Amino acid sequence: MDKLLNHAPHMKHKDNISSIMLDVNIALLIAVIPSYLFFGPKILLIIAVSIGSAVLSELIFQLITKREITALDGSAFLTGLLVAYNMPPTIPLYVPIIGSIFAIIIVKQLFGGLGNNILNPALAGRLFVMFAWLPLMTTWVIPQIPEYIKQILPFMPDSLVTSATDAVSSATPLATVKLQGMQELIKCYGSKQNLYFSMLIGFRSGCLGETSTLFLLIGGIYLLIKRIITFEIPITYILTAGILGFVFGKDGLFTGDFLFQIMSGGLILGAFFMATDMVTSPLTRKGMIIFGIGCGFFTFILRKFSGYPEGVSFSILIMNSLTPLIDKYTMPKPFGFVGKKENK
Amino acid sequence: MLKLKIGGINLKEYKHFTEDKEIRNAGLPAEAIIPLSQSLGKPSKPVVEKNGIVTTGQLIAEADGFISSNIHTPIPGKVKNIDYFPSPLSKRVLSIVISLEGDFKISHKDEKDFDSITPEEIRKSIRDNGIVGLGGATFPTDVKLSPPPDKKIDLLIINAAECEPYLTSDYRLMIEKTEDILKGVSLMKKALNVENAIIGIEDNKKKAYIKFRELSEKYNVAVKLIKTKYPQGGEKQLIHVLTNKKVPTGGLPMDVGIVVQNVGTAFAVKEAVLCDSPLIDRIVTISGKAIKYPSNLKVKIGTKISQLVEECGGFIEEPKAIICGGPMMGLAVDSLDIPVIKGTSGILFLTKKEVEHRKYTACLRCGRCVSACPMSLSPSKLSIFSEHENWEAMKEIYVLDCIECGCCSYVCPTDRPIVHMIKWAKNMLRKMK
Repeated sequence: MDKLLNHAPHMKHKDNISSIMLDVNIALLIAVIPSYLFFGPKILLIIAVSIGSAVLSELIFQLITKREITALDGSAFLTGLLVAYNMPPTIPLYVPIIGSIFAIIIVKQLFGGLGNNILNPALAGRLFVMFAWLPLMTTWVIPQIPEYIKQILPFMPDSLVTSATDAVSSATPLATVKLQGMQELIKCYGSKQNLYFSMLIGFRSGCLGETSTLFLLIGGIYLLIKRIITFEIPITYILTAGILGFVFGKDGLFTGDFLFQIMSGGLILGAFFMATDMVTSPLTRKGMIIFGIGCGFFTFILRKFSGYPEGVSFSILIMNSLTPLIDKYTMPKPFGFVGKKENK
Repeated sequence: MLKLKIGGINLKEYKHFTEDKEIRNAGLPAEAIIPLSQSLGKPSKPVVEKNGIVTTGQLIAEADGFISSNIHTPIPGKVKNIDYFPSPLSKRVLSIVISLEGDFKISHKDEKDFDSITPEEIRKSIRDNGIVGLGGATFPTDVKLSPPPDKKIDLLIINAAECEPYLTSDYRLMIEKTEDILKGVSLMKKALNVENAIIGIEDNKKKAYIKFRELSEKYNVAVKLIKTKYPQGGEKQLIHVLTNKKVPTGGLPMDVGIVVQNVGTAFAVKEAVLCDSPLIDRIVTISGKAIKYPSNLKVKIGTKISQLVEECGGFIEEPKAIICGGPMMGLAVDSLDIPVIKGTSGILFLTKKEVEHRKYTACLRCGRCVSACPMSLSPSKLSIFSEHENWEAMKEIYVLDCIECGCCSYVCPTDRPIVHMIKWAKNMLRKMK
């Protein structure tokens, strides 16, 4: 037998790209459950189509450019899944298809493939289609509760009534609060507890992957336990956005709703699954903390002052582009560092 | 418990193969291939000629300069050849081949009296008997024990960490020759003129720790248990764990007043100084799933690996990789005709299941290597610069301080051979000087 002549070390940690991607995909897919329950089977089609386009476009690109085929390593799957999660449930299928293709080919492959992209491909893809099809990307639906769920949770409202004239479409909780105030939102759900509980399990309007805090948290904790991600980015991101939202509330200082801030929009999804993308976030723990705080800060700013009710995508992309700078200034000092210029 | 605070990784230890196997003598080699480059520094110069007759322990090559060491023959016989042969240092090295002839007699000398030996005599005996660091670095011991006058030494640290997986040679030596090791430590203390000595032992070697504790007062040596983590056996890491001092970048332990010696070296020092025995053998761990009877063998320098395989029952499965040394820093070889040298602490025969072929891709910038690096470097950046062949940039981010422990390559999810890239850079920087 030919002897294996590797370079030292000859032992390896069991994690590799495929195993990491598999874990992240499994953790993310948990959130399909509430999405399917409340938005119906159509979301499965959106997810499948999005993932399919992502993987296929990477495969075709790598075949045409005669590069190593890595389309099946799980990273394209993840990008497709994340693009789908950022779609409203009523989106026509061509939107996530184009979003995924843009994410994979332009944002990821043209920059050098896995490891070399600067921006998070799924988020950049989402922004591209959002600007291209703004009305489609900001049309939401009221979630429907299936009968058997109503039996388990009888206090849930039959449906959400809003002051919008169109009885079928509904604004996201963030949009409702921004335009009509918190009281109006609470009226839709019946009580504040109902509101929190509903946001926890995903019974609200929004993108099909971002609505359920609980299921996303389960996935996030799974990743933390498996050490696929570290706690710095999610914790600092969530806390910064929440605390800033609490301090600078709509009705004055310290009147904001911490829980509402952290549960609404794509914050949990972004904090655990998109800001933590290893390629586009800093290398060092210190850098990750700065990154997380920055994301939280921009999310707060955008939610409060911009025309869009949602700031997660933009914030993460802004911090992605600042990551090389953060890395440069948070380089660790070597063991036994004595001073700047020592000649060896 | 004391433990490594900066970087490092937790490894599966695989010591169960050999940790309870008592040291047994390997047979005499019919032919000993003795490379003239066995220590750091210049190769030794032969002092025998072809067809010369030698007796056990006779000097066959002498040190060439200060940082070099003497080499002695482990067997009596005739000098068969002086030529280039493969060695565990990955290239063909000028070696002296001795073929066994005559009786192998070990004359048992009485131990000399400790008090009657002067520090000067200790150092001379260590040098004459060719003692080098047996932890793997093979630095000439007498040089380490003769620091320049401007470096005041106040502590001797004995490295009993043996942090590499599979290896148990130091561990068995600690259990079976505890008192001899401590005598060696006392000799080194005397040579350095220090009062304080600490032995650092990882907590996966509790039996050895207990044995040392029993004698620690008699020999005035502190014994400290440290939580097992790789690479605590690196001397800078061990110093930091035991004393909280950090050796400055580009510096040596003597810059913080400390000298570090391996436990096996201490034993060899005692044998040399008190019994006039040159360094002609060492303990080698033979392990891995491919070998039938994993063992700890006392092997004569120059014995071919093929002989050791036989003495351990041969292969139960054809090994996919043969590693000289430990699995984290050892060298993979492809021949069984390679001899054991002074620095060979173990030979591993790993099966297909224990190793894998690797093909690497771009850096994912996940940061695991940065967290794992015990020298707080940025292996990710170093590997990217290395791919661009930007050696100067690597020097600026302290590539020369890398201890090549392998933690970065171990944790890398894309299998990048970061240590190899760093070694390459160091080589290029050396050539550019």
